[in-house]
Amino acid sequence: MSRGIPVTVIGGYLGAGKTTLVNHLLRESRGRRLAVLVNDFGALPIDADLIEGREGDTLAIAGGCVCCSFGSDLVAALRQIAGRDPAPDHLLIEASGVALPAAVAAAATLVPGFANDGIVVLADAETVRGRAADRYLGDTIERQLRDAGLILLTKPDLVDTSERAATRGCLEQFAPVLDAERGDVPLDVLLGPGSGRSRHAFAGPTEHPDYETALFENLPGVDVERLALALTDPALGILRAKGILHERSGAARVLQVVGRRSEVTDASSGAAGRLVCIGLRGTLRREDIGSLIA
Amino acid sequence: MNVIYAARRILTMNPARPEATHVAVRDGRIVGAGSLKELAGWGKHELDERFADKVLMPGLVEGHSHAMEGTFWRYAYVGYFDRMDPSGKVWPGAKSIDEVIARLREAAAGLADPATPLSAWSLDPIYFGERRVSREDLDRAGRERAIGVLHASGHILNVNTKALELAGLLRKGVSHPGIPLGADGLPTGELKGPDPMMMASAHVGFDREVLAADELGLRYFGKLCVRKGVTTAADLANLLPDDAVAMMLRVASEDSYPARIVSLLRLQLLSGQALVDRALALRAKSTDRLRLGIVKLVADGSIQGFSARLRFPGYYNGSPNGLWYIPPETLREAYRLALAHGVQVHTHTNGDEATELVLDCVEEALRAHPWPDHRFTFQHCQLADAAQFRRMKALGMCVNLFPNHHYYWGDQHYAMTVGPERAERMNPCATALAAGVPFAIHSDAPVTPLGPLFTAWCAINRRTASGRVLGEAEKIDVATALRTITLGAAYTLKLDGEVGSIECGKRADFAVLEDDPLQIGPERLKDVRVWGTVQGARIFPANGA
Repeated sequence: MSRGIPVTVIGGYLGAGKTTLVNHLLRESRGRRLAVLVNDFGALPIDADLIEGREGDTLAIAGGCVCCSFGSDLVAALRQIAGRDPAPDHLLIEASGVALPAAVAAAATLVPGFANDGIVVLADAETVRGRAADRYLGDTIERQLRDAGLILLTKPDLVDTSERAATRGCLEQFAPVLDAERGDVPLDVLLGPGSGRSRHAFAGPTEHPDYETALFENLPGVDVERLALALTDPALGILRAKGILHERSGAARVLQVVGRRSEVTDASSGAAGRLVCIGLRGTLRREDIGSLIA
Repeated sequence: MNVIYAARRILTMNPARPEATHVAVRDGRIVGAGSLKELAGWGKHELDERFADKVLMPGLVEGHSHAMEGTFWRYAYVGYFDRMDPSGKVWPGAKSIDEVIARLREAAAGLADPATPLSAWSLDPIYFGERRVSREDLDRAGRERAIGVLHASGHILNVNTKALELAGLLRKGVSHPGIPLGADGLPTGELKGPDPMMMASAHVGFDREVLAADELGLRYFGKLCVRKGVTTAADLANLLPDDAVAMMLRVASEDSYPARIVSLLRLQLLSGQALVDRALALRAKSTDRLRLGIVKLVADGSIQGFSARLRFPGYYNGSPNGLWYIPPETLREAYRLALAHGVQVHTHTNGDEATELVLDCVEEALRAHPWPDHRFTFQHCQLADAAQFRRMKALGMCVNLFPNHHYYWGDQHYAMTVGPERAERMNPCATALAAGVPFAIHSDAPVTPLGPLFTAWCAINRRTASGRVLGEAEKIDVATALRTITLGAAYTLKLDGEVGSIECGKRADFAVLEDDPLQIGPERLKDVRVWGTVQGARIFPANGA
């Protein structure tokens, strides 16, 4: 399938932990060639031990990853990424603290060669509720959260259980919420199931103890749009789903779910009939999902 | 030896001696203003009577423009209003889409290579009713050549079919709020906002590098300054990379360069200490005709683009609130460091909520780092209310208001963006004056044309393009307006000790006028004819520019 390089936008206000998350993902890239675009004022915020070299605004990162900063010209930065050889497997865009992530995602997919792969918004467990009530920032924080496919609750260990529960309760109206201590969320959850050098294949089951994967193969033709919508039902416990499926007419289509958002696009090639879903261990309703497909 | 110029009348802006008949000049500076007899007391002189029938004012100071206005004149002008180019030619306004297309065809005929893109600027379809300009419209001026037309606001680019093809946008499935689609599912050719515009801008000749630092543009800008009586102009927001600074230093130092440019450093990928260090390094490179070292920050967007941050009750047409362009923490830190290191900051705000945030941040930073003469300045600040002006006064801040907006977009502000009540108090010069806030008024050229006398006319009359008077109570008188476009603007740039009035010791910078701005009447101030300028005692006739 050649939908283009998948793009995940990482949003959230200053101090929410976007940089920590990016460093974590680069460290754990495990064979995926990640490209990262950052747009916060200041120097490139990448851990020094990950940096292998620098040319101009671009940092070479261990494992074939790269990181660049973009000023006011996201489009030029995207074109530069698209022209890289070898092409990255996945692009992460770290949105500025006051940016609306959906606007960044919309801009990213204007450039040929990229495909939207969801929006992850970070919320600082200590400060997000205060910020959401701030007279200047409240509506910006809320609009950022509304754009989210998934919300990562960062620094959850810094607040007590009842406060964490209250904050989660506020955030869950926008999207599924995951605890992410020091950015510790599996790559497959954040970036979708996929593996290393070949975006065409799916990874095996995720190895993180808190998450599980449900894999369905040799699936018959379905109404893909309808299935995509059905998979966004919170009761199924799906955080991420990705598949190449046949329509009943036989056409191959790519299905993606990030939290409560789904997207279906045409697949140009690739073996269809597979779907992989990721959720929190113990909450992923494998049988219910299976019954939707069969 | 002193040169003494005789004039019909000299309006000095020096309250101790508001008028004079002669001004003596030596080494680029003013020796004195007064009568011939008084000035002869300075010793040997040469009497120069070339201005004997002219009126002299201090060289006008434009406190917020962009040297890019000069750059734009290399492109075809398709604005709705008549506008003078650097050579003095007045381009008549294009009053319909057909006239815009005709102008584009004319410009295309001058391009030999069919592959050369055609670029035009200052389109304002707000005056063409509901109808939007489409790629099919622009295709009538050329289907094979990429065509791009920038709107007057600078926030929208219209392109033709060829340009969409080159940008990779002539396809179905484009999904972006800034790219409207036609009935055929393809983009209509309107590209709104920075990202959609950036997709096509290089293909239609709006090359980023050219716009950032353009030698020809800087020269054209100098010519425009002469034609408008301007001897000092702020270039408000330049990324100021080293090569641009070197070019600007070289051009401005030429004996024939007629203006003093104050170029402000815009924050981009620089924050905190790095920004302040850069500003200080730039300041050290300043020359008489290129002043560097002031920082520009942008807090929110524009009112007509609905990206300005408004307080309750928000936009009149119900649009959602605008966007922050910089996080409050970053603003606060920038003010703190700038105050600590003596770097002046000018901040763009349009909406009143953005103004409130900046007031809060500056107040907090001042508590930590008092600087009695910081002159931190609001730029635009169009929606501030009286209480905010009182806070500005208390904090020692200045403001540079944007009266030209009333004329060009006042009707839209009244009907659509902020509604009647706030439209009447936009850019409230009388309130600024009453509150005692030092203020300037500006054109934001190329958004509206450079021309402080026109800007003064706007502040005096508060007339819109349709003839409506917006805010009778906020009008100022002619004398105040003239002071504002000289000393007022100079004060915001910390140049009031050097320029802005005709008195001994100051730079020999004059606006040379054919008509007397105090005689012509407030209704006709914009019609005052400019003969040219004297800058640093060098004489620049407009017809020789």
